Amino acid sequence: MIAIIKYNAGNIRSVQNALQRLGYESVITDDKEEILKADKVIFPGVGEAISAMKYLKEKDLDRVITSLNQPVLGICLGLQLMCRYSEEGNTECLNIFNSDVKLFPQVDKVPHMGWNNFFSFRGELFSGVSLKDDVYYVHSYYPEISSCTIAICDYILPFSSAMNKNNFYATQFHPEKSAAVGERILKNFLEI
Amino acid sequence: MLKRRIIPCLDIQDGRTVKGVRFVNIRDAGDPVELAKIYADQGADELVFLDITATIENRQTLIGLVERIAAEINVPFTVGGGINSVQDVAHLLKAGADKITVNSAAVRRPGLITEMAGEFGNQCIVVAIDTDLIQDNWMVVVDGGRTPVKLKTIDWAIQVASLGAGEILLTSMQNDGKKGGFSIDITAGVSRVVNIPVIASGGAGKMEHFREVFFDTSCSAALAASIFHFGEIGIRELKEYLNNEQIAVRI
Repeated sequence: MIAIIKYNAGNIRSVQNALQRLGYESVITDDKEEILKADKVIFPGVGEAISAMKYLKEKDLDRVITSLNQPVLGICLGLQLMCRYSEEGNTECLNIFNSDVKLFPQVDKVPHMGWNNFFSFRGELFSGVSLKDDVYYVHSYYPEISSCTIAICDYILPFSSAMNKNNFYATQFHPEKSAAVGERILKNFLEI
Repeated sequence: MLKRRIIPCLDIQDGRTVKGVRFVNIRDAGDPVELAKIYADQGADELVFLDITATIENRQTLIGLVERIAAEINVPFTVGGGINSVQDVAHLLKAGADKITVNSAAVRRPGLITEMAGEFGNQCIVVAIDTDLIQDNWMVVVDGGRTPVKLKTIDWAIQVASLGAGEILLTSMQNDGKKGGFSIDITAGVSRVVNIPVIASGGAGKMEHFREVFFDTSCSAALAASIFHFGEIGIRELKEYLNNEQIAVRI
């Protein structure tokens, strides 16, 4: 079973819908036991860092997430919460990835919204993906590049488009909204 | 590189598409989901659904439709029409909409934008601005273009951006439905003064019009309705054309 972590962030149903289109059943849950025993865990999210972290802590989900050993996929805010720290509300995050999350300098349109290509990608998540492929982003804060970076996007400046450490994977873009390419990436994760 | 977006817009009434649609391979042209799937497969970057009746009785029908769209479509979509409370937005986002668009209600009470953005994040709040040329000034109009407001379009655009809008959908009523091209001057003006993405709308009649609006303004996206619905321009051929014209689009 795939568990989608339920918390006070939007876009959770979209992930479930995307999995359904790929033929995978999933549950949206904030139940500790259910998350711990899932084969795969997805940590989605559109929203704001400080209230999301507060909610996770209240539900003890911060400790649950960091203790997981099965493959975990963070999406968008999910990725940012898996970093060390976010400038959004000066939030201490889960500290899985050794990157900080910063506000884009306002030298171009912010939020970074729309389809963008990415490069320097590596690992099983990107099997079958090409440099020409675009994926869908919506964010005003970006994760810095670090040793956990497994794909880079360049908008205003180069930032981590995807990250990985051990069983933890994450994308700044929304695979569930990224047409066929996104489906491919989700499928790659589900087949890890 | 961030791509310029092409966005088909579907007008909805009682859960069905309103404007006539001429597609050969479509089973039910009145079904917004069928049409949306075709557009998504052709390469539409996003979709916009506008509920043009937007009465309280129709709200539930719209919610049901949004749930069906969300289940079927693998690109982002925006829903609008008659939204005037945080509660409306909550229902639509919960049903699976990625963004909502608010128009007249925000003009009547600008604080609504801040309330919505504060609750759901600015990325999902698209403020629709209808503009018309009145005595040589681009002014804001509401209620589907029927009611002029004493508000300059540029000033309103700056204000909505500072209130927390994540994006502006700018429709020129001067050009809408005339197929003579987008209104370049006001689209360029608004795109220049705000730091959020601007979607150009109103006036698309041929592929060159898209090239023009992307070349002559810094808008992030262009929206059109009838030319797509009647198959006058295919989304795939439009994007290939733009790509050949050196405009970065998702192919």
